[in-house]
Amino acid sequence: MDRNSDRHIISILMENESGALSRVSGLFSARGYNIEALTVAPTEDPSVSRMTLVTRGTEQIIEQITKQLNKLIDVIKLLDLTQDSHIEREHMLIKVRATGSAREEVKRMADIFRGTVVDVTDASYIIELTGSPSKLDAFIDTLGAKLVLETVRSGPLAIARGGRRLAI
Amino acid sequence: MSSSASAGDPITGAEIFVRSLQEQGVEHLFGYPGGAVLHIYDALYKQDKVQHVLVRHEQAAVHAAEGYAKSTDKPGVVLVTSGPGATNAVTGIADAYMDSVPLVVFTGQVPLPLIGNDAFQEVDTIGITRPCVKHNFLVKDVKDLATTIKKAFFIATSGRPGPVVVDIPKDVTAHRCVFDYPEAVEVRSYNPNVKGHPGQIKRAVDLILSAKRPMIYTGGGIILDHAAAELTEFARILGYPVTNTLMGLGGFPASDKLSVGMLGMHGTYEANMGMHHSDVLIAIGARFDDRVTGNIEKFCPHAKIVHVDIDPASISKNVKVDIPIVGGVKSVLGDLIDVLKSTAERPDADALAAWWEQIDEWRSADCLRFDRDGDVIKPQFVVETLWKLTEGDAFVTSDVGQHQMWAAQYYPFDKPNRWINSGGLGTMGFGMPSAMGVQFAHPDATVCTITGEGSIQMNIQELSTCRQYALPLKILNLNNGYLGMVRQWQEFFYQGRYAMSYMESLPDFVKLAEAYGHVGMQIEKPGDVEGAIREALAMKDRLVFMNFLTDPTENVYPMIPAGAGQNEMILI
Repeated sequence: MDRNSDRHIISILMENESGALSRVSGLFSARGYNIEALTVAPTEDPSVSRMTLVTRGTEQIIEQITKQLNKLIDVIKLLDLTQDSHIEREHMLIKVRATGSAREEVKRMADIFRGTVVDVTDASYIIELTGSPSKLDAFIDTLGAKLVLETVRSGPLAIARGGRRLAI
Repeated sequence: MSSSASAGDPITGAEIFVRSLQEQGVEHLFGYPGGAVLHIYDALYKQDKVQHVLVRHEQAAVHAAEGYAKSTDKPGVVLVTSGPGATNAVTGIADAYMDSVPLVVFTGQVPLPLIGNDAFQEVDTIGITRPCVKHNFLVKDVKDLATTIKKAFFIATSGRPGPVVVDIPKDVTAHRCVFDYPEAVEVRSYNPNVKGHPGQIKRAVDLILSAKRPMIYTGGGIILDHAAAELTEFARILGYPVTNTLMGLGGFPASDKLSVGMLGMHGTYEANMGMHHSDVLIAIGARFDDRVTGNIEKFCPHAKIVHVDIDPASISKNVKVDIPIVGGVKSVLGDLIDVLKSTAERPDADALAAWWEQIDEWRSADCLRFDRDGDVIKPQFVVETLWKLTEGDAFVTSDVGQHQMWAAQYYPFDKPNRWINSGGLGTMGFGMPSAMGVQFAHPDATVCTITGEGSIQMNIQELSTCRQYALPLKILNLNNGYLGMVRQWQEFFYQGRYAMSYMESLPDFVKLAEAYGHVGMQIEKPGDVEGAIREALAMKDRLVFMNFLTDPTENVYPMIPAGAGQNEMILI
């Protein structure tokens, strides 16, 4: 990866139609761009989906990516959130070994990271955690490979702070 | 959304299809039938407003539609069946995508309940064509058919034009609903910007007028937007040199003294040197393709660049520009002309005179000269003779390779939409089918195809279509027995190891033409070239296939080798 390449979060409003997602992912693979994370779901208007896409690239590549995305007929509007201040959150469910002394330790860690235990068995917990991707990374690192049984992450969601809106 | 056609009884999807094309004013439909489109063909049979042209291979249908579109201001329209019908069309669709040709391609699809079942002649047409269309649609409900067709034409012909595929499952063409063709459609996510930003136009004019060594570099956008008249006026007001890309030839009269010819890999010395030394580059409807720029690191090192293009994604894609103007080239040129006319400022006459002196010096290198004395036919001489005998006013299509470059170099065009070739994708087999489309659009015009023995064999079966519709094409086969451009690169860059570039076991082209019911001619001596072409052109109602045995070792000059800058040309 180019050393000038920065992480960008691009939010896209698009027609909620079959094939729209593959137009976006196809564009990235056809032009050799990288997708780090991708989430998509319908908005309050069910005819519109909102996609949050994390990619990396130099300023020139990001400019091309946004132009090429805008060129897709199904794309209604997009915003590079990284240009301005924004809120970024990712959701994680993590299944952790919870036996013996680890049982208490894991619970304490979950509290420190403001996680919630949502499932309990003799041998494991499932912890729900929301935060920036780096916070989720830190939680996983803190628990260590021995305790982590399984993780699932949503990919980042992001929204611009203040008056800046991505809406039709 | 208002309705232009009156409501009535429900009709089938196939009938809706045909009535939609009629409402759209489609006169020619290039296609090939098959199982999934039989309902549509039945509906076509019952009317005579839309003429269906039966090709011999679906790729040719798309190229014919391209030729039709490129030589007119109308979109090309294609109808093929599902599965292999669609996959055969893909090369043509990709070709149209690269050259921004407005096409609407209808593909049959297996019935909705069978989609995804690996049914007979099923293929994921939407998936396969997605990366090489401007947009595509799968019609899942007969109620959406008419509106989808209207949207397809709207998207294909507006903004930066391109091919749109409409995939229609067979059962949709049997289902019924009331026909209601919308007069106009809106696509909320698609609003191409035609008008250039006035502030940017003002800034551009300031820069343009400050130039000491200007160059106007224009591409296919001028042809597509029918802006040749505006470009010509713009250039003449300024007195600046104009160079055209391969796709832009004819956008500015080649015989005008301001023209320095084509630029790029096989462009003229004066065009490429002018580009390299320019201080202000005015790029209009061109996309800084690698065949134009040469090594991007060495491209126009001294120039400030103005770039006018309808497609924002073309701006600063390959080369960073200083003043971008997003807009239709016709509209923006009109605005540029208005601003130029309203200002008293004029270019620096002394600097411009010195610049022209320099350009004339480069011109004097006479980079397109070739040997006229030998006893072997030079391919350049054939093209030049065709130009002379048609007074430079024929429609000329070409295939891809050396002959394409010679056609571009030795048939200078004064008018737009006369030169039809596959520039972006470089599709061998494009020439003859595209000429068919041109001839349908211009039944009385002289339509010539300049080709080679490699390319022509990639769609040779269309000689049969030409026979069926009595298309009097003039085919000039520059037969050197080699895949010439491959051979040239092997000579230059692979120490003469001619791997697979020699065409063995060629057919007897004269007999082949005759077998299809056409006139065949064999021309072996330079002295016979003019007489043969004259004779062929006189046969107004016959297709004439002229097989010229040309110099097998001739190369295309001048040339910018890969990786070199525009000032590093190999001259002859």
